[in-house]
Amino acid sequence: MIGGAFTYLFDGANWSGSEGMLTQLGQQLLLTLTAMVLATAVGLPIALVLGHFGRGGFLAINISNVGRAIPTFAVLILLSVGPLGTAILGPYGRAGLATLVALTLFALPPIITNAYVGMREVDRDTVEAARGMGMTGGQLFFSVELPLSMPLILTGLRRSLVQVWATATIAALVAGPGLGNVITAGFYRSDYAKGMAGALVVAAVAILLEVLAALTERFVDPLARVRRRESATIAVA
Amino acid sequence: MPLSAPLPAAAPPDLPCYSLPVNDWWCPAYLHDRQDLLIAATKEHAQITVLSVLLGLLIALPLSLLARRLAPIESLILGGSTIIYTIPSLALFPLLVPFTGISKTTVVIGLALYTLTILVRNTLAGLRAVPDEVRESAAGMGYGSTRLLIKVELPLALPVIMAGLRVATVSTVALTTIGSIVAYGGLGNLLAEGVRQNFKAQILAASLLCVLLALVLDLVLMALQRVMTPWTWRRG
Repeated sequence: MIGGAFTYLFDGANWSGSEGMLTQLGQQLLLTLTAMVLATAVGLPIALVLGHFGRGGFLAINISNVGRAIPTFAVLILLSVGPLGTAILGPYGRAGLATLVALTLFALPPIITNAYVGMREVDRDTVEAARGMGMTGGQLFFSVELPLSMPLILTGLRRSLVQVWATATIAALVAGPGLGNVITAGFYRSDYAKGMAGALVVAAVAILLEVLAALTERFVDPLARVRRRESATIAVA
Repeated sequence: MPLSAPLPAAAPPDLPCYSLPVNDWWCPAYLHDRQDLLIAATKEHAQITVLSVLLGLLIALPLSLLARRLAPIESLILGGSTIIYTIPSLALFPLLVPFTGISKTTVVIGLALYTLTILVRNTLAGLRAVPDEVRESAAGMGYGSTRLLIKVELPLALPVIMAGLRVATVSTVALTTIGSIVAYGGLGNLLAEGVRQNFKAQILAASLLCVLLALVLDLVLMALQRVMTPWTWRRG
C-alpha cells in the first residue's frame, strides 16, 4: 500500500490538470492563507485591546475551550448545506465561501486566547514602572506590552495555522476544495494508494508549515534571542 | 379554471418532517423514529473517545516520568507529540491504515496520539509543581521513590492532569467524527451520510449530539476530579 502511494506520488500526471494535486494544493494554501489573514485582522486587535484594558477575560479564555468542543466537520456541513451553499467562489473552488467562513471561525480562538493571556501575563511591575516613567496608554501598549507578549501571540498564530490547515483538509468531506479530495476520493473508491498519497502530501505540508512558522517566530520575536521561554501551553479547562 | 380540477401536488400533510420534500433541520419525529440509529452512533462515538483518551493516558504517564528524568528525552517527546499534533486527522487516519487496516483500532490509535501533546505537557507541569518541601518531608518519612510518586506526587499533580484530560477528551469527541473516513466515526458516520444525502435533520441531530457528548464527558470528568481531590474544595 505504501509502495503504491509513492508510485502515485511520482507519477507527474497525478499532479497536473485542473483536478491534479498541484491545483488542490494551491487552493488549500490559498484558503489557509486567506483565513489566517482574516482571523488575524479581526481577532488580534480585539484580543490585544481587551488584554490591555483587562476586560472580557472570561470570554477570551473560554472561547478556546468552546472551539475545541465543536466538531469542525459538523460546522463545515451545517454552513455548506445551510445558508452559504456549495457554489464556486472564484479561486477558492467549490463550497469556497462556506469553507472560508468555517476556517476563519476556527482560526479565531487560539489567536484570541493567546493574545489576551499574553497581554495579561506581562509583569505588572513592569507596567507600573512604565506608567511611573510617564508613558501614555498608547506608548505602554506599543513599546512595553506588545513586545513582551509577542511570544504568546506568535504561539497562538502558529496553533491557529495548524488548526486551519487541518480544517481545510476536512473541507473535502463536504465536497469542498483542497487536497482532502485526494484522500476522500481514494478511500471512498477503495483506491488506498491514492488516499495514502494524498495523506502523505497533506501531512508533509502540515509539518513544513509548522517548521516555517517556528522559524518565522524566532525571527520576528524581539525576545527570542534573549531567552527561549518554554511555551506556555498548559491546557486550562 | 374549473373548480373541480385536481389540486397541485402539494406535499401531503402527513409526510414526516424528515422526508425529502420537507427536509426540515429541526425534526422531533426524526429523533423519535431513528432513535436506535442515533443511540448506536452515540455509543460508538463515546466508546471510541473514551478508549482513545485512556490509551493516550496510558502512554502519556510513562512518557512524562521518562521526560522528567532525562532532559534530552523531554524535548524529543514534546517535539514528537507536537509534530504528530500538526498532522491533520483526515491524513493521520489514512497513514495508519497500512498498519491497522480499516478498523476501529486505526481511529483509536490516531486519536490517542493526538492527546499526547496535551497530556504529557500537563502531567509534567503537574509533577513539577509539587513543592520541594513536600517531597523532602515524604522522603524524610521514609517514602521510596515509587511510593512518593503514587502517594504524594501524582495526587498533588492530579488537578493539572485532570485539566489536561478534560481538554483532551473534549477535543477527542470533536475529532472522532473524522473517523468516518475509515467508517468508524460514530456520529461522524451519520454526518457523512447526511451530507451525501442532503439529509438536514440527521446533520443537525448528529452535530448537536456531538456537542452534547463533549459537554457530558466534561461534566463527568469535573465530578470525578472533585471526588478524587477532596482537599481542593473541602474546607479545613
